[in-house]
Amino acid sequence: MADIQNYTLNFGPQHPAAHGVLRMVLELDGEVVTRADPHIGMLHRATEKLAETRTWVQSVPYMDRLDYMSMMCNEHAYCMAIEKLLGIEVPIRAQYIRVMFDEITRILNHLLWIGAHGLDVGAMTMMLYAMREREDLVDCYEAVSGARWHAAYYRPGGVYRDLPDSMPKYKESKWKKGADLKKLNEARSGTLLDFLDDFVSRFPKLLDEYETLLTDNRIWKQRLVNVGVVSPERALQLGFTGPMLRGSGIAWDLRKKQPYEVYDRLDFDIPVGVTGDCYDRYLVRVEEMRQSNRIVKQCIDWLRVNPGPVITDNYKVASPPRARMKSNMEELIHHFKLCTEGMHVPEGQVYSAIEHPKGEFGIYAVSDGANKPYRLKIRSPGYVHLSALSEMTQGHMIADVVTMVGTIDIVFGEIDR
Amino acid sequence: MSAKLELLGQNLQKHLGDRIRASEAALGEITIDVTPADYLDVMKTLRDEPELRFEQLMDLCGVDYSTYRNGNWQGRRFAAVSQLLSVTHNWRVCVRCFAADDDFPSIPSVVSIWNSVGWFEREAFDLYGIVFPGHPDLRRLLTDYGFVGHPFRKDFPIYGYVEMRYDPDEQRVVYQPVTIEPREITPRIVREESYGDVENG
Repeated sequence: MADIQNYTLNFGPQHPAAHGVLRMVLELDGEVVTRADPHIGMLHRATEKLAETRTWVQSVPYMDRLDYMSMMCNEHAYCMAIEKLLGIEVPIRAQYIRVMFDEITRILNHLLWIGAHGLDVGAMTMMLYAMREREDLVDCYEAVSGARWHAAYYRPGGVYRDLPDSMPKYKESKWKKGADLKKLNEARSGTLLDFLDDFVSRFPKLLDEYETLLTDNRIWKQRLVNVGVVSPERALQLGFTGPMLRGSGIAWDLRKKQPYEVYDRLDFDIPVGVTGDCYDRYLVRVEEMRQSNRIVKQCIDWLRVNPGPVITDNYKVASPPRARMKSNMEELIHHFKLCTEGMHVPEGQVYSAIEHPKGEFGIYAVSDGANKPYRLKIRSPGYVHLSALSEMTQGHMIADVVTMVGTIDIVFGEIDR
Repeated sequence: MSAKLELLGQNLQKHLGDRIRASEAALGEITIDVTPADYLDVMKTLRDEPELRFEQLMDLCGVDYSTYRNGNWQGRRFAAVSQLLSVTHNWRVCVRCFAADDDFPSIPSVVSIWNSVGWFEREAFDLYGIVFPGHPDLRRLLTDYGFVGHPFRKDFPIYGYVEMRYDPDEQRVVYQPVTIEPREITPRIVREESYGDVENG
């Protein structure tokens, strides 16, 4: 019999299932993977080094471009690190707005994940449904910040501005007109909160729809059940966080365990998996969307009745209101100093972590008292999860590698940084 | 300081003793400094001791202190800083280890204690040139294939040394020295302690 040796296969960097620019060198024994060696760095933009040459506030938009599927969560961790170093309080309304948008972001991220994961495994339709709902949420981003993706909405000390009183509406066109147009714009006639309220009342039904498509689907289960099993001990050892850790049965969620902002006042549950395979992680993420939906609803109810400031009144950190700037010398000087030199952050080091949709997203910042960070380290969850890919894929068929890449929820912006 | 942090401080003192060279509790966090000689031993204790139980290593990164406070830094240049998390006790600690030699920084690898550190150490090696003896696969990770230098060191310019372009004559991609003019829009400023205080006039 012929002697068949292992051979290596190059996967990516332009493979459609590689979620961006992942290059993997797979060592195969027949069709079974014996070793996977991911080569990353093709999207490396040295964000951390760039941040050292920018003032503290100038780096906020860079944070959007890390994990470009959950923009506001990245900003959140960064702003929290600065606030910790400065020792300033964020107004309570801003905290609720941040939590609400964090959860909107979580739904956005998981929707893209469920669509892309579906595509990877062969459930094409999921992508279409997920994109339909994402559209509504991205509109909320647009209404509040002017940008559909890279919002730069969170600022050290609060958020850039209060929630708007109106939503952007569809204009009449060849395809959208008459009664259809009226129906489309119906939910958009009120404020942003009205629109979101309408969304959260619709969303659980839509999630049920997704689940009827996938949860008991025979093909879906054949591709996911018992694929990429990670035991709780290994999950801890490999540094897993977020849905990856919870999928392995460890109930660890920073929103519950180390609550930040107003998470300790809100009512929500943490879903946990049992076997730690891809299917459990799928179930965990779907349930997380339901819980996020609950949190958004609670935030809407609170925000409706509690007006207030949304950014700190410490003018050494945040710009004063424009009207006062025009009439008051002191405020003008503050604005000038902030725009030319930026704020000075006291000497020290801090690690601030949030429960990002993908896991623990941490910012380690070292300040030497200058107007720029001395060192900024971004701890991205996807980076750690991808480094465990080799272990997860061992002994699986080559087709399962795609499932595994999907279940990790990879976005290269945060892995390469 | 919260009661929990105080308890953690006591436990660290109890089990590590004088292996902690310096410790700092600020902003709700504890940072401990250890020497490379004690490093592996300390890390093992941190993971295995039931009163500490740091099961997870969240992050490890290199830091280059050479221009700290505009070059006013007394002490070693390179450090590896790790963030540890205990799922059992729900607390964190930051461990900082300065490499003894500035010209050839070397810190023992903790990959056998926490497997998650593999890529973090590769990254610190790639970006700062810190060597981690004991690491099974210490290759470059983020930079280009065949990259020269360690880009996150403070003496490495932000624009780098080489740029890449397509050469139509040779019909391939070539490297050439950078043509970008370095510029800094907002200068970096470190103010003295009492800057802007009204009392100081």
